[in-house]
Amino acid sequence: ISTLVLGEHKGGIVKPSCLSAISAAGSICNDNSISILLAGSGPSLQKAASHAASSHPSLSQVLVADNDLLTHPLAETWADLVHFVQQKEKYSYIITSSSSFGKNILPRAAALLNVSPITDVIEISDPKVFTRPIYAGNALSTVRYNGLDPCMLTVRATSFATPTLSLKESNSTFAAISQVDLSEFTQETFGKSKWIKKSSPNTERPDLVNARVVVTGGRGLKSAENFKLLETLAGKLDAAVGATRAAVDAGFVANDLQVGQTGKIVAPELYIAFGVSGAIQHLAGMRDSKIIVAINKDSDAPIFQVADYGLVGDLFDVIPELLEKLPVD
Amino acid sequence: MKIMVSMKRVIDYAVKIRVKADKTGVETTNVKMSMNPFCEIALEEALRIKESGGASEVVAVSIGPPKSADTLRTALAMGADRAVHVTTTAPTVYPLTVSKILSALADVEKPGLLILGKQAIDDDCNQTGQMVAGLLRWPQGTFASKVVLDKEKQEVTVEREVDGGLETVCLSLPAVITTDLRLNQPRYATLPNIMKAKSKVIKKVTPEELNVEINTDLEVLQVTEPPKRKAGVILSSVDELIDKLANEARVL
Repeated sequence: ISTLVLGEHKGGIVKPSCLSAISAAGSICNDNSISILLAGSGPSLQKAASHAASSHPSLSQVLVADNDLLTHPLAETWADLVHFVQQKEKYSYIITSSSSFGKNILPRAAALLNVSPITDVIEISDPKVFTRPIYAGNALSTVRYNGLDPCMLTVRATSFATPTLSLKESNSTFAAISQVDLSEFTQETFGKSKWIKKSSPNTERPDLVNARVVVTGGRGLKSAENFKLLETLAGKLDAAVGATRAAVDAGFVANDLQVGQTGKIVAPELYIAFGVSGAIQHLAGMRDSKIIVAINKDSDAPIFQVADYGLVGDLFDVIPELLEKLPVD
Repeated sequence: MKIMVSMKRVIDYAVKIRVKADKTGVETTNVKMSMNPFCEIALEEALRIKESGGASEVVAVSIGPPKSADTLRTALAMGADRAVHVTTTAPTVYPLTVSKILSALADVEKPGLLILGKQAIDDDCNQTGQMVAGLLRWPQGTFASKVVLDKEKQEVTVEREVDGGLETVCLSLPAVITTDLRLNQPRYATLPNIMKAKSKVIKKVTPEELNVEINTDLEVLQVTEPPKRKAGVILSSVDELIDKLANEARVL
């Protein structure tokens, strides 16, 4: 059994969601030889490769595809690369995280390999049996993959824990790094797509998907101005800020802060919802959080049915009081 | 230029779904069905491109049982020029097969753009657009929040909603686009347009006629309810909340 994990990296660091994908691969069976494929160009790629090599005890190999064509993670080039590597190495599984990177690339690569991919896997109960949420998490579907190799999955980072100790601390061996020979790599769709730019909002806050604490605002926040209040609270808790679709649609915050069925899926240790009613589409994005706190004026809001701790009250009173009374680290 | 839009008939987004007692799936009999919301956005975008002179025709496509024609009729009432119904009685057509059918139709229709919703709100797969783009070897702009067509240069610039921001890509036509939530606000069909839609053509084809076999490498073993989260306690003050978080939940 062998698995190829498609890895995403930034600034010389492999993203934590890829480590969850390695954990998922490790949970398939004991004798799984796991490789991570990193693509890009230049020093930041090589730096990410050495980071990857010591990132996860289950990892045995880091494959590096270094080429100017791969500088930006375009789906067209990546899918061709996955197809190219698979022709040579014949992996049993190809896995990546359910990030916008993974969801963009993996289905396209699966089509090239004539395989049905399985999205958003949250549980691997047997080497070919996978559970995934459907209908915004209101039902769970368990499917068996009966096709030829490779079996292709995107996995939810929140469902597969990453190792807490780095290998340096635990004194384990590093995975071997090898370069992918791209001399015969032909890119069929070359030039059909061009990467123009990526704009990221300036924020000091931790990443929404990986944060230990998430504070979310709903329509009850009433304005973009009031979201700053939430930012201040997030600062105090070292939390990421999230929002409901209603708050995003009203223009209070940027699109990529939306938590829910069609937005980000989060499962932090602590999730605090302010002025969130609790539509099923929103609950789909946060129901796996360890502790859920809801603050809402409306005592009948559905969010209270999933909250561990509820407080019926005006968030404009509660937030300042929290700011004043929360212990400082 | 022609734009092809594919659409799926799903349980209406406002319906609270029920898992069948025998765990074979979700109850769909006597349940309100509608066009998948992301497909509405895809159609709206196609119509706007046509109205601004970027395209000459919008063709709506759906795959499924006879009832899928209702969804196509809605598409025609919203403004699609004509529709193609790929008829099948298969209970489930998985994204790989859907992609093969759409790819075969694209070979016939030769659209400059194929626009789809990024996901259907029933199976939440988020695969079909990427897969059909792969099969056709067309470039893809997934999770689009802004689409700008340059007819002269035969290219389309797509702003994509990605983790941690927005990414912009430029694709040469023909291309595949999948729509995110905030690309546009779909229109409602007006009564005169609903009347007009009745005389528009829905062409029927079968997967066999397109040389696509309906089979799958996936088998659903069971569909179950997710574990319930039990409601917790309602607290009376911020002090009590801080105390619970620090000493009971130990998350502070």
